[in-house]
Amino acid sequence: MTRYLLAGGRVVDPASGTDTTADLLLRDGVIEAIGTGLDAKGAERIDVGGAVVCPGFVDLHTHLREPGREDEETIASASAAAATGGYTAICAMPNTDPVADSASVVEQVWALGREAGLVDVAVAGALSKGLEGRKMADIGEMARSSARVRMFTDDGRGVQDALFVRRAMEYLVAFDGIYAEHCEDASLAEGGQMHEGERSAALGLRGIPAAAEELMAARDIELAKLTGCRLHLLHISTAGTVELVRRAKADGVRVTAEATPHHFSLTDVALDDYDPNAKVNPPLRTERDRSAIVAGLADGTIDAIATDHAPHADHEKDQELLYAPPGMLGLETALGLAVTNLLAPGHLSLSGLVERLSVAPAKLLGLTDHGSLAAGSAADVTVFDQGATWTVDPAAFRSKSRNTPFAGEELRGRVTDVFFRGRRTVAEGRLVDEALV
Amino acid sequence: MIKHLLSMDQLDADAITTILDTAESLRQVTDRPIKKLPTLRGRTVCNLFYEASTRTRISFELAAKRLSADVINFSADSKSSVAKGESFKDTAWTLEAMGVDAIVVRHGSSGAPHQLSRWVKASVINAGDGSHEHPTQALLDLFSIRERFKDLEGLKVAIVGDVLHSRVARSNVKGLATMGAHVTLVGPPTLIPKEAESWGASIEYELDPLLADIDVCYLLRVQQERQSEQLFPSLREYAALWGLDDRRMQLMRPDALVMHPGPMNRGVEISANVSESARSIILDQVSNGLAVRMSLLYLMLGGHSEEGQALEELAV
Amino acid sequence: MRPAGRRAEPPGEFVVKARVMEPDDVRRALTRIAHEIVEHNKGTDDLVIVGIRTRGAPLADRIAAAIASFEGVDLPSGALDVTLYRDDVALKGPRRLEATTVPADIDGRVVIVVDDVLFTGRTIRAAFDALLDMGRPRAIRLAVLVDRGHREFPIRADHVGKNLPTAADEIVKVHVEELDGEDAVLIGEYR
Repeated sequence: MTRYLLAGGRVVDPASGTDTTADLLLRDGVIEAIGTGLDAKGAERIDVGGAVVCPGFVDLHTHLREPGREDEETIASASAAAATGGYTAICAMPNTDPVADSASVVEQVWALGREAGLVDVAVAGALSKGLEGRKMADIGEMARSSARVRMFTDDGRGVQDALFVRRAMEYLVAFDGIYAEHCEDASLAEGGQMHEGERSAALGLRGIPAAAEELMAARDIELAKLTGCRLHLLHISTAGTVELVRRAKADGVRVTAEATPHHFSLTDVALDDYDPNAKVNPPLRTERDRSAIVAGLADGTIDAIATDHAPHADHEKDQELLYAPPGMLGLETALGLAVTNLLAPGHLSLSGLVERLSVAPAKLLGLTDHGSLAAGSAADVTVFDQGATWTVDPAAFRSKSRNTPFAGEELRGRVTDVFFRGRRTVAEGRLVDEALV
Repeated sequence: MIKHLLSMDQLDADAITTILDTAESLRQVTDRPIKKLPTLRGRTVCNLFYEASTRTRISFELAAKRLSADVINFSADSKSSVAKGESFKDTAWTLEAMGVDAIVVRHGSSGAPHQLSRWVKASVINAGDGSHEHPTQALLDLFSIRERFKDLEGLKVAIVGDVLHSRVARSNVKGLATMGAHVTLVGPPTLIPKEAESWGASIEYELDPLLADIDVCYLLRVQQERQSEQLFPSLREYAALWGLDDRRMQLMRPDALVMHPGPMNRGVEISANVSESARSIILDQVSNGLAVRMSLLYLMLGGHSEEGQALEELAV
Repeated sequence: MRPAGRRAEPPGEFVVKARVMEPDDVRRALTRIAHEIVEHNKGTDDLVIVGIRTRGAPLADRIAAAIASFEGVDLPSGALDVTLYRDDVALKGPRRLEATTVPADIDGRVVIVVDDVLFTGRTIRAAFDALLDMGRPRAIRLAVLVDRGHREFPIRADHVGKNLPTAADEIVKVHVEELDGEDAVLIGEYR
């Protein structure tokens, strides 16, 4: 079936300023038209009855764990999880084993993404060999490989040496690449288990001060000014960083930022029970920081919502907090958290939400096939019911892992259908399996 | 009584008083020729120690044995299953399968007892978790202070030293505050989290002006390792500014007490003379630890709460 | 195992069916017991009086005072909390402990255990274990104000204030001046 008529939905397409009840016609992998009374001959009619119809979501920041930790996640299982979560494109982070610091590894990841065929898997390349922060990775070769890498990052850690940052940024300008930073000063953050503040003092856990992130954000903004390179700040978490980005943008610096659903939904109080699933890097911060993230998403200081989807094996998370690796899943709870904590309380409009989940990240990565419902553009479409409530059940996740602090939570906002290049990947909230692993 | 003792947060003034009163009664066993009571016969207590500790482990072991319970000691040392890679959770499940009634756990990771209590049916007693809490230490300290001062309400206690890394300090601040005492934390700013004010304590960086006024000077161990972490210039400077030496001790009232949870770094936070002086009740703390731990084991394991008669008095 | 008819928790209020001993009866019984103790012992040598908490303790004090008044000898005396030795600790859960003030040296002595009511014998059994953990008495003798029968262990009293046949499900309560404001022995039930 290559023709679909999505009937009676609330079509939200920020790129064209559309927010109206209309039908959407998809044909042969392309959006044919939006309107009413469309000629839908030969098309399968899907009554979406008031649900939101928007461009498919794009996740700038996911850990697919393949190659190296296929027990935790594979590109195929992550793609399935992403599709279920309403995504039609994701960007794979390079901290795999081996690290994605050469053309061969990024091409392998890209090829596996195409093979899974459920979402577009863009690949981010490492900035430094082995993520060691010393020698530049094969940036040019990765940019020119079939994976066409645009974002480069040592995510998982921050680049500690300022001179390295400068050189990498200068070099990237040649490829119009994006320098993406995981802002964390290693000396200040060392040994930290959670945000440094009142909770960490009470719980007897070593904390990571907000300054560890803000120092590096400030440094990178200065160097971006100096070099003219595009800078993207990954998973920002503090009120201070939001303010730094706001001022930098006002100054005309080419900086963008993303924030995760857990950072706009939770605070450091989530660790009171010593739940390893709430341990994440950067850590969950205070209510003041969370509010600043929400405000940043609302006023556009923060361009995109990115999940930082980080699968971890059960036996690794189910350890003493001190030893448990940081990170939580994100692909299958992103929309629910966004609707519950941003849309429903009125911090973001529907248009604003779609902007953060789809339009802005697509633009940032240069994915022209995504982020727009304009006629002629690729049919990457997501349909979601903004009123539907559901309970988070990790056992039902398509991801291979289960590490989420939201188990048992009731969320609002549920994906009902997803179309990837015109092919229906999700129907009535469930993945359309085609003997997929 | 509570099922698990993880933090002093769980104990209000009544509960603390009950534990201390019961310890008082149980202390008499030490003076008898047969230092045993049959009360916990048939119960099994496991000491699960991931951090080396001689005095606390022996104290709990003796406490259990004095009440006729069976004791298993599990030290996570180089010859144990932990060295072979057994996870904390697997160790917990193994102990559960062996039918232990209580697990006394000491661990380097804050919150480990909390996590353990979610995995086992046995009662969990926190014998020290990371920098978080050491409730039985605070209880024996309260017992020792009460022995001398009768009433804890309104007492002025100074806790001096590395508060940042101290589970003893956190538990004591909570316990003393619950009983109405006033706590001042003293030491260099690098060792006292400013958030400690939200625990109900005041913070001072100078010790000398406080000495004449306090009822108890409680010294915390300052470890060698902290010096290399650049938290203060040297142990010598620390001792000069915050160590309780003879000169400082003379500034205290004759009836004021000097306390230390042990083990001591003589010459750093406390001088040898002071540790052996008339004001020092450090050895009493150790012997009281046994009675307090017996009291806890009795109250927590002594029966099925649902049928208990006097439990209204003990409920928290 | 609980004795048949013994309720774990009293429901309702205690209703008196009969008063079987009045203050004068109690006083005369205790005086007689005091004399019997000395007579049986052929004097006051090596005697130690120990009352079982809660109500055995004031009774023991009175017996010791009586012996002091007619023999002119102040015998060592004290009280014993047997809670930690009871066989129903596991069933009933931890109870509030009271002070045990048994005189330090009971080796080679004759310990007179005093209690208010002798019923199943379990409390006395616990008292034996407690005393034997404290020392090695030459002999232990038992004095009770009331023996109400229904023994579950082979224990008998050497000195009895009053033999009181009762039904197993009846409740016998002893009141003592020191704690209850009057001396009396009551039979009743909970309703």
